[in-house]
Amino acid sequence: MAEELLKLQNIYKNFGNVKVLKDVNIKINKGEVVALIGDNGAGKSTLIKVITGVHSPNSGKVFFKEKEVQIKSVAQSRKMGIEAVYQERALCDQQELYRNIFAGREITNSFGFLDIKKQRKEAEKILRDYIGFTSKAITVDSQVMGLSGGEKQGVAFGRSLYFNSDLIVLDEPTMGLSIQETEKVLNFVKGLKNENKSAIFIDHNIIHVYGAADRFIILDRGEVVGEFNKEDISREELVQKMIQLHESGKIKVED
Amino acid sequence: MNNLLNSYFVKTHKLEISITIIAVVLFLIYFLGAPHVFTRFPIYRAFMQSMPFFGIIAISATFVVTLGEIDLSFPSIVGITSLIFGIIMTSTDGNFFIAFILATSLGMFAGLVNGLLVTKIGIPSIVATIGTLFFWRGLVNVISQGSGIAIVDVADGTWHHMIFVEKLFGKIPMQFIWFIVLTGLMQWVYRYHKFGNHIHFVGDNKASAQMMGINVDNVKIIAFVQLGFFSALAGIFTMYEMLYFWPTQGEGLMLTTLAAVFVGGTSVFGGKGTIFGTFIGVLIIGSLESGIVALGLSGFYVKFINGLMITVAVTVYALIQRRKS
Repeated sequence: MAEELLKLQNIYKNFGNVKVLKDVNIKINKGEVVALIGDNGAGKSTLIKVITGVHSPNSGKVFFKEKEVQIKSVAQSRKMGIEAVYQERALCDQQELYRNIFAGREITNSFGFLDIKKQRKEAEKILRDYIGFTSKAITVDSQVMGLSGGEKQGVAFGRSLYFNSDLIVLDEPTMGLSIQETEKVLNFVKGLKNENKSAIFIDHNIIHVYGAADRFIILDRGEVVGEFNKEDISREELVQKMIQLHESGKIKVED
Repeated sequence: MNNLLNSYFVKTHKLEISITIIAVVLFLIYFLGAPHVFTRFPIYRAFMQSMPFFGIIAISATFVVTLGEIDLSFPSIVGITSLIFGIIMTSTDGNFFIAFILATSLGMFAGLVNGLLVTKIGIPSIVATIGTLFFWRGLVNVISQGSGIAIVDVADGTWHHMIFVEKLFGKIPMQFIWFIVLTGLMQWVYRYHKFGNHIHFVGDNKASAQMMGINVDNVKIIAFVQLGFFSALAGIFTMYEMLYFWPTQGEGLMLTTLAAVFVGGTSVFGGKGTIFGTFIGVLIIGSLESGIVALGLSGFYVKFINGLMITVAVTVYALIQRRKS
């Protein structure tokens, strides 16, 4: 039996009168990659923001490493070992890379002043060892705005590896990337499993999802409407399910 | 030369270098156009005497502008805190500590109100601070009933008067020393403290900053609070210099102060700025009036040239920015 890392139980989330999540139950095991799929407005982004502490659920329980937790802030979820990699928005354009990598958890002395030297040195290590940047044009002092989409994604991944998190949350990790860059991202996701780390990711492209994920959770209008292990469903069947959902608003579950 | 132009320092300090060149050219014009004034000390003493009053606020306001926010209420915060300072000083027979603490606390409270209106209520800062601009000035008028307060009896000749505004070695006004020290300190906080770092990230992209675990609301609130504090401080400096409170105190600070920030190169879009630039901006804006008159032009040119300077400076920055992206 696989070891459980994260469990969400009966999660509800409203924004005003809009019920965005309705009784969501999901579970992620250690070393498992779970893909969250569904149309726009299905509640995918809200769900991962609940996990990363950006939003608090209105009701429901969250268990992390089999202990009940209340994730109240991004800082807290990071401390627990949950790291988010948000497409594009993960970084601030006009700030230097070394500042971006440590934003929100700066290396400081006891008066709160930054240890710039150490931040730059560690950032250098992340660029070289975790991301494998070799281009001389990109240094720790580069502003983010000069980077390509894939390079930005690489920095965000490097950051999550460096902070040694157990669960990596990926929001649309391949959106806007070239084919080669997409390949790199998917390899990265697969590589996580070797280190017994878990990932949950959102992607519109079922072809990407299928290759990298162990399990698929389908969300529709705030509810989990289907859950499949990769060995139980082929890529074509998964695509069929999504089309079916799109047309009829329902998924036929045969078993 | 080419090497120098491509060096790391030059690349990362284009704004600071541009503003310094503009300032040097301006002072060169003064110097050549009015050598009888600008080769002598008194004009510089006059600059050192008058610039800190709005300079201190400009340095502090750079934090708020870097957030992509604006505060228009500080002239009235200067007014209300000066009034309280005057009232307490005269009613306690010159108890500096009580007057200082109450005036600066009130300044911080006024900043807190601005911060809460912007973050918790969600009013755009330009609108919220127009409201508080009128509110605090209105309160000054109601409390003072339009009359001034002389603090000359309780402040003149005291040790606090000495450390705030008297002349060091009989030459350098103390407020200028304070201004330099505060500028250095704030520059340090701006670039090398966690708070300054967060100011940049929130101003750059609020949503990203939040996802990176930065408490966006707190950063904004603290920025407004520190501006309230420094507005109060500027008010206290003015009180010691003039030894008098008058109900319009602080009015007229708004445009010079914000002009210094923008001429200094801090982007109104947020995320980028420079304390050093603001400092130079203060030197430019603060010297224009005397400079123009010394050059032999009539006082009617002051606003015109002020406007020209601001427009030229922000155009240069916009062009630098556009070439980058």
